[in-house]
Amino acid sequence: MEVNQHSSEAHVTETDDHAHGHAHHDDHHDHVENFWTKYLFTTDHKMISKQFLVTAIGMAFIAMFMSLIFRLQLAWPDTKFPFLEGFLGKWAKDGVLDPGFYLALVTIHGTIMVFFVLTGGLSGTFSNLLIPLQVGARDMASGVLNMLSFWFFAVSSAVMLSSLFIETGPASAGWTVYPPLSALPQAIPGSGLGMTLWLISMVLFIASALLGGINYIATVLNLRTKGMSMTRLPLTIWAFLVTAILGVLSFPVLFAASLLLVMDRSFGTSFYLSDIFIDGAPLEHVGGSPVLFQHLFWFLGHPEVYIVLLPALGLASEVISTNARKPIFGYKAMIGSILVIAFLSFIVWGHHMFITGMNPFLGSVFVFTTLLIAIPSAVKVFNYITTLWRGNLQFTPQMLFAIGLVSFFISGGLTGIILGDSALDINVHDTYFVVAHFHIVMGSSAIFGMFAGVYHWFPKMYGRMMNKKLGYIHFWMTIVSVYGVFFPMHFLGLAGVPRRYYANTAYEGFSQLININQLITVFAILGGIAQFIFAFNFFYSIWRGKRATQNPWKSNTLEWTTPVEHLHGNWPGEIPEVHRWPYDYGKPGSKEDFIPQTIPYSETPESNTPDDLKH
Amino acid sequence: MSAEATLTKEDSSKSIWGGGRSPFNISWGKMYMWFFLVSDAFTFSSLLTAYGVMRHRFAEIWPKAQEVFTHFPFVAGHLPLAYVGLMTFILIMSSVTMVLAVDAGHRRNNKAVALWMFFTIIGGFTFVGSQAWEWYHFIEGTEQGALIMPNGDHYRFTEGVKGAPEHALIAPNHTYITDAVEIAKIEKEGRPVHGANLTENEYGHPLFGDFFFFITGFHGFHVFSGVVINIIIYFNVLGGVYTRRGHYEQVEKVGLYWHFVDLVWVFVFTFFYLV
Repeated sequence: MEVNQHSSEAHVTETDDHAHGHAHHDDHHDHVENFWTKYLFTTDHKMISKQFLVTAIGMAFIAMFMSLIFRLQLAWPDTKFPFLEGFLGKWAKDGVLDPGFYLALVTIHGTIMVFFVLTGGLSGTFSNLLIPLQVGARDMASGVLNMLSFWFFAVSSAVMLSSLFIETGPASAGWTVYPPLSALPQAIPGSGLGMTLWLISMVLFIASALLGGINYIATVLNLRTKGMSMTRLPLTIWAFLVTAILGVLSFPVLFAASLLLVMDRSFGTSFYLSDIFIDGAPLEHVGGSPVLFQHLFWFLGHPEVYIVLLPALGLASEVISTNARKPIFGYKAMIGSILVIAFLSFIVWGHHMFITGMNPFLGSVFVFTTLLIAIPSAVKVFNYITTLWRGNLQFTPQMLFAIGLVSFFISGGLTGIILGDSALDINVHDTYFVVAHFHIVMGSSAIFGMFAGVYHWFPKMYGRMMNKKLGYIHFWMTIVSVYGVFFPMHFLGLAGVPRRYYANTAYEGFSQLININQLITVFAILGGIAQFIFAFNFFYSIWRGKRATQNPWKSNTLEWTTPVEHLHGNWPGEIPEVHRWPYDYGKPGSKEDFIPQTIPYSETPESNTPDDLKH
Repeated sequence: MSAEATLTKEDSSKSIWGGGRSPFNISWGKMYMWFFLVSDAFTFSSLLTAYGVMRHRFAEIWPKAQEVFTHFPFVAGHLPLAYVGLMTFILIMSSVTMVLAVDAGHRRNNKAVALWMFFTIIGGFTFVGSQAWEWYHFIEGTEQGALIMPNGDHYRFTEGVKGAPEHALIAPNHTYITDAVEIAKIEKEGRPVHGANLTENEYGHPLFGDFFFFITGFHGFHVFSGVVINIIIYFNVLGGVYTRRGHYEQVEKVGLYWHFVDLVWVFVFTFFYLV
């Protein structure tokens, strides 16, 4: 307790210093912590990051179960699976999946994975954990708003899950919820109460994303420790900073789009609706445009791809450099490409809408901007490969996952060139080719980045190590299943099989492709099993794992200078000062193969280069 | 010589961005407000862009604001856009009083801060009330109203339209129908509509009403929240909270918000009423 007191006093003085004497910081932690303040309503960024991670793991498992259920349906459309009735009740009478509920499953699977796992889960976990620790701050700029960010996220998750239990079922118009399908309860049962809950959940989610994002930005800009200039920040922090900026700029547009959809659904306006006939009778809605929704949605939707991906790339940079025992190749080029990707992500949204009737000239502009993204993406990929080149590679599980990420980023990026070109895209639009592309390049890449992050920073989060052997099994099973699932999907797509169909066997041409669907499902089940190995490893290691040392990976960044036992305020004494960039691994002439950021150049005359003295 | 110059230049840039301080010399709270406003600006921009796109699409039958908003309290007859002009003036004046409150805060003059905050609150309330009044007249519509034909064609009576003949109809092709027989024929076939709501609009395209109610409503909600926050700050000022704290940063923060809401109104006003 004494240590705690000391640190919180230091904490208050420090933030006051930063805030120039004002900002009466809202958290004085002099009281004794109980269960509620320690685990639930905590303002400590390390605990909040664990809250995000555990919630996201829970959500990920739910979404994964959904995918397994619809994969069973796609592989064996004529087989009954009586155990499904036990899970789903009336949605799978006698073991036959209800076609409407199939749509609900794909919708909620997508929504949970994109927003709750890869946005909230990924940024929420690692921005919270690493930003204060790596920039050298006692905590986030505002602990209270940070706590609120998590609780908005938790309530939003609960609302989304609650929609699974209502009579008309959850939202089923796809995760992009295009009107008019999503706007009219008469259209499908899922567009009733389920869609309303989806929208409420999304509005809460956006509030959480904004509260978190603005906090991340303020912390990175304002609370860096002495010597931590912007070009000494680890690439993780750059990625989190730019991700947060993307979120702050794009989520409000989704917010506007959702509010207009709420108006159309519940208050009779016609923003997105026009000339609709139901049962032969025209609806009163006149004049709106469903394409307007698509423009608003994808203005968020495309930056969202990079909100998902950039943190994973940032984590991979750190993990690859540490485990290659080499400085990251092209540090400034990495920062530059993150910034260029972020800028371009705002002017490419039209490539999701090539066949909406958008002006073809406009389409060709979007083709141009889209293909430009290949340049900064390739810069990043080459930098990862050149970092690995002739490195002293440590094949820890996190390293394998980071390399897996690079592999996915390349193979998914190649199909992105096809989809980004309107002339080629039209042929595979809305087929499994698209599904394969984004699952590899965004879904699997980001989730691999997240796994790399979990394995790497687990000792920092829980003070114990995860089991390496189980990690290897997890990695190999997962990467084999990811390629096993998504590689064949490209061929389904090229053969013209459309997304979102309940059973493709209804079409002669597609029914002969059933073997491919069965193969995919087998790999999907294998991948599912692998995640249980991860979950076991994760929870077992929290309580029973090998105790961690202070710096288990011989890493340079500041988080490894804090004690293994967490304390609110992070450092028991003064916040360390930073003297060098974070990537001095394997520096010629140095005694050890890593030099932490806290070591001044004056202590390492043997390894200093003329360049160092310029910094 | 030149090398030294570069060195000092680098040093000074490092002292700003080199860590250990806020590069913009502002607290996290103020930065938080700025970024919140940036994100809110994106919400309003997307709404106004959507409005612009739809208006462009229906440019032919889009109502003209000066023929819709013609009422002025206690004045008979039609004064196009006079009242909304007054409202806008009041809101801008409330921004001026907010500037004076912030300035008084810098001088640590508690009484002056309280006084100017009070005027800002009054201005905000007046604006929200005026908006309610404006909505009321838009919803109520004119006495004569308009006629909507079964095929959707829209004939509006000339009430409130400057320079138009009285007791005439405006046809969809913008010509006046003055022939009483023809008017009677249209009256027989058409469905009378008075005022505007979310599905119908006497003055023209229903989307005008949809966007008007949503965007001014969303803005009005911002103003109302601002007034509530201002009231809280006002009572804090009266209670001497900021005198004890030694600075009036809270007043500056709500000031930022208030100016933002004001600025958004300038755009809403321009796009809905002026253009």
